[in-house]
Amino acid sequence: MFDRDRWQEIISAIKKNKLRSALTAFGVFWGIFMLVVMIGSGNGLKNGVYEGVKDFATNSAFVWTQNTTVPYKGFKRGRDWNFTNRDMKLIRDQVAGIDLIAPRLSGWKLNNGENVVRGKKAASFSVNGDYPSYRKIDPCDMIYGRYINQEDIIRKRKVCIIGERVYDVMFEKDEDPVGKYLRVNGVYFKVIGVFRSKNPKINIGSDKKESIYLPFTTMQHTFNYGDRVHYFAMTVKPGYNVEKVLDKVVTVLKKHHTIAPDDEEAVGNFNLEKEVKTIQYVFLGIDILIWIVGIGTLIAGAVGVSNIMLVIVKERTKEIGIQRAIGASPWKIISQIIAESVFLTSIAGFVGLALGTMVLKLVSTAIEQNAGQSEEEMFFINPEIGVQIAVSAFLILIITGIIAGLIPARKAIKIKPIEALRHE
Amino acid sequence: MSDSIIKIEDLHKSYITGKNSLHVLKGINIDIKHGEMVSIMGSSGSGKSTLLNILGILDNYDEGAYFLNDIHIGKMSEKKAAQFRNKYIGFIFQSFNLISFKTALENVALPLYYQNISRKKRNAIALEYLDRMGLKEWSDHLPSELSGGQKQRVAIARALISKPKIILADEPTGALDTQTSYEVMDILHEVNRTGITVIIVTHETDIAQLTQRIIRLKDGIIESNDYVTNETVESTTILQ
Repeated sequence: MFDRDRWQEIISAIKKNKLRSALTAFGVFWGIFMLVVMIGSGNGLKNGVYEGVKDFATNSAFVWTQNTTVPYKGFKRGRDWNFTNRDMKLIRDQVAGIDLIAPRLSGWKLNNGENVVRGKKAASFSVNGDYPSYRKIDPCDMIYGRYINQEDIIRKRKVCIIGERVYDVMFEKDEDPVGKYLRVNGVYFKVIGVFRSKNPKINIGSDKKESIYLPFTTMQHTFNYGDRVHYFAMTVKPGYNVEKVLDKVVTVLKKHHTIAPDDEEAVGNFNLEKEVKTIQYVFLGIDILIWIVGIGTLIAGAVGVSNIMLVIVKERTKEIGIQRAIGASPWKIISQIIAESVFLTSIAGFVGLALGTMVLKLVSTAIEQNAGQSEEEMFFINPEIGVQIAVSAFLILIITGIIAGLIPARKAIKIKPIEALRHE
Repeated sequence: MSDSIIKIEDLHKSYITGKNSLHVLKGINIDIKHGEMVSIMGSSGSGKSTLLNILGILDNYDEGAYFLNDIHIGKMSEKKAAQFRNKYIGFIFQSFNLISFKTALENVALPLYYQNISRKKRNAIALEYLDRMGLKEWSDHLPSELSGGQKQRVAIARALISKPKIILADEPTGALDTQTSYEVMDILHEVNRTGITVIIVTHETDIAQLTQRIIRLKDGIIESNDYVTNETVESTTILQ
């Protein structure tokens, strides 16, 4: 189909009017360039948002207590209340679909002045009490040592794991902290590990880098929390809807603590699944918009190609007439014109694709250099387009080229050879 | 199989332009034998161009019948028509109608391209035909670099390359000076001697006199259909 004569015709048709060909090609070039840059930017935004949160268990929720807002059974409104260890057991027993429950203690009330001391070093860090199961909700890597385990919980060991900043401040560079002691609020704890969260952007109560985690039971016991639970994280089993499970949990808690069923405020909660879904919908919306605008631009480019092909057909009426008179079949003419159209669109599209990818690469490099300099959170990371999208964009181009060529080609075969030869 | 290459029976053709119908051919009967050299004459509006278009399967007709090499040519698909044209008919035009961006050689080879013959093979054949026209050394030139006579010779080579049964020439000498016109006619005579039927549409009497038979059209009917007498042949030979 693509022999030398065909190429010769394509090249000669393009050469005949270089400016016109270039301007026509520019339409398609711009369309695909915009599409690539927009998709890349969309992905960059997505990566920026998801980076640092993507490993967090999305089927999870957090639940905490707030003052009541509705008077109920003799209690007046504004009552302060707390979760207890029993609540955790109650929830597990009474609510179906719960997978993990990770009760937490938050030591923000311990956090007055420089509460963490090691030799001459002293600093202020927040202290949390945790169960091993929390790691499954908010995964982390261990830079040194290990995470809190079940033994630590049962034996109420005086051990702790520390965040990156805590390590940086309290220890020398490259020092192995495992087995060393830290004085936390006056009590010595043995460091058993240093953790680095995989989701540095999700911080509850305090920055995880500047936190010390103690075994939950140890913390309750050592700092006189009794059987109190400040808040808890939970996940649901596959097939369960977080929102529905959460509703049941709230109901159970309200009943147990004699809180009005219509009190919307007393049990505070955060449904991560719902939030993630919202974000996903936002991105879906952005994606749809990008494709609509991108395809629209591309269509505008294709209409340009089609238009110019019409002009070319008109100009070459005579030539087409001659070809028909000496035996060119209609298919030969149609395929010629479509080949020209596809050639023009693919070349232009390829340049657009290449240039678009280049722009994304430049932006990406610039961002990476910036990120190296500042600690600030990036909301735009790694703008890119996948091979799949690049390939489908190219396919769209070729199809566009064919469609753009079809109308002029139909016109071309309607030319009667005689009319063409009369065309002086 | 009869000895007729072209047989036309009671041919009618009208052009409809808006509400008006223009009856161009009003019952034409022509019988052209294999190897004849015939000219069709007529003033403008006589219908000679329309007749030529129908003969060349470039246009269709309303009534009557057209047999080309004993095959009835009726309404047919463009693809079929293109095949017929490619196989049976070689066209020569007044304005040469060479393709401007192709060299002389490529122009001659074009009909073979439509027969899907390989480039190497068709170029070799094309060179042979150009050589016969005495244009071998011009094969790499573009049409714009050739004189009128050379262009017409390239066009003739192109018409011949597909080994047609008929050459249809529409005012082949219309754009040429007298000297070149006779040269072109000489070539056409030579072509005719190889057994190919040649049909020339012209309004120049002296050109028509160089053929064996003159069909004169007037207002869509055949006015006369006479064999050229020896006398006139002689006179044209003198003229030549």
